[in-house]
Amino acid sequence: MTARAALDVASRVRDPELPVLTLADLGVLRDVAVEDGRVLVTITPTYSGCPAVDEMGADLRRTLHDAGFGEVEVRLSLAPAWTTDWITDDGRRKLAEAGIAPPSRVGPRPVGPVPLQLVPPPSRVPCPRCGSSRTVELSRFGSTACKALRRCEDCAEPFEHIKEI
Amino acid sequence: MSFDNAYESLVDHEDAHWAFGTGFTEALAGVDRDVPAALDPADLAQYCLMLGDDALVLSQRLAEWCSRGPELEEDVALANIALDLLGQARLLLTRAGEVEGAGRDEDALAYLRDERDFRNVHLAEIECGPFTGGDFATTMARLLVFSSWKTAQYSRLLTFADPVVAAIAAKGLKELAYHRDHAAQWVVRLGDGTPESHERMRAGIDRVWPYLDELFTAHHVELRLGVDPAAFRAEVDQVLDAVFAAAGLDRPEPVPAARVNGRAGRDGVHTEAMGYLLAELQHLHRSLPGATW
Repeated sequence: MTARAALDVASRVRDPELPVLTLADLGVLRDVAVEDGRVLVTITPTYSGCPAVDEMGADLRRTLHDAGFGEVEVRLSLAPAWTTDWITDDGRRKLAEAGIAPPSRVGPRPVGPVPLQLVPPPSRVPCPRCGSSRTVELSRFGSTACKALRRCEDCAEPFEHIKEI
Repeated sequence: MSFDNAYESLVDHEDAHWAFGTGFTEALAGVDRDVPAALDPADLAQYCLMLGDDALVLSQRLAEWCSRGPELEEDVALANIALDLLGQARLLLTRAGEVEGAGRDEDALAYLRDERDFRNVHLAEIECGPFTGGDFATTMARLLVFSSWKTAQYSRLLTFADPVVAAIAAKGLKELAYHRDHAAQWVVRLGDGTPESHERMRAGIDRVWPYLDELFTAHHVELRLGVDPAAFRAEVDQVLDAVFAAAGLDRPEPVPAARVNGRAGRDGVHTEAMGYLLAELQHLHRSLPGATW
């Protein structure tokens, strides 16, 4: 029973709200270790109130149990805070294929007051269906904490966008 | 994970728990949880209650909009904002209970404290709609002031001596800045809209203005911990002025702080609205102690 084997199993567990992604793709799976025959999995929530954290823990425990790991402990880690920059390239590709616009990369956050944004920033979000860059924000909040809703001005289809944090 | 019906997933928790069920043995694992020697544990526990109660009480107020939003998108937005605040409150109250060391967890603190033991500012508890006390514009006015203040507060807590509070602030800061911008965009849209929307936005700002001063009045616990909120008043003023300018709204004249016998929420003295809010928040848990989903 090695950490490597446990990591392979944990890496296959899918996100309950975005099942096209694994928890590893999403950057939520932070660490898998084995200590005294016990698997310690560390995950980090996307948003403070993310209700899917509960399901993630249960899914990880169940999948690891089914793969023969008897004792599994899932821990929640807060620091460093999750950022959409941790979504892997593979994860971004899978999101786009599923019709969900992946987030842009934001990079390190500048120190100091967070600048006020009085108007929505100019769109840099291409339509995941037709690729057009002419898209507009319909709603700053969506079906889950991590998504906003947009519409393409060319193909007229609405689509979800993982908002950058 | 698949279930035959949507409700099965709600009861499929290995650890049944009141109202939620993270099932995590250590909700704050991964950060250093020792209380730094430089901090007085009693002060730190009190401060975590102040921050946690601000988030919990406004979350409860915003949740009142569920199914009553002016449009579906805003219903979803307000619920999402409430959820972010609830998440922050859970972490902060967990920390408060842990530092206090009396065996109280987040549930005990949220559901089993009486009004005088809550430490939130009055701005979080007053009624701003959807029922009485205002409307959607008033709710956006409150959200703008609250989240501008919280954004400035959390950005300073990134370097706070307690690593747990610092980690919670780092996570919450991104959420709060997004809430602030959302409220700011609505204040601009309504203030700079029709004569009717302008008038209602102005009335909303007037409604919350008497509660502004309290946000920047330090409690002695805050002074001892070196987190005087007066330090970021100018920064918040600058944000509010930028929003008012874009919205075509005048900044209201300063008004004397609305207090209860000269005392504030940080002292555990609340406005009349608080008792009703807590009754709704706590009644189920108090009527059916230990109830689980």
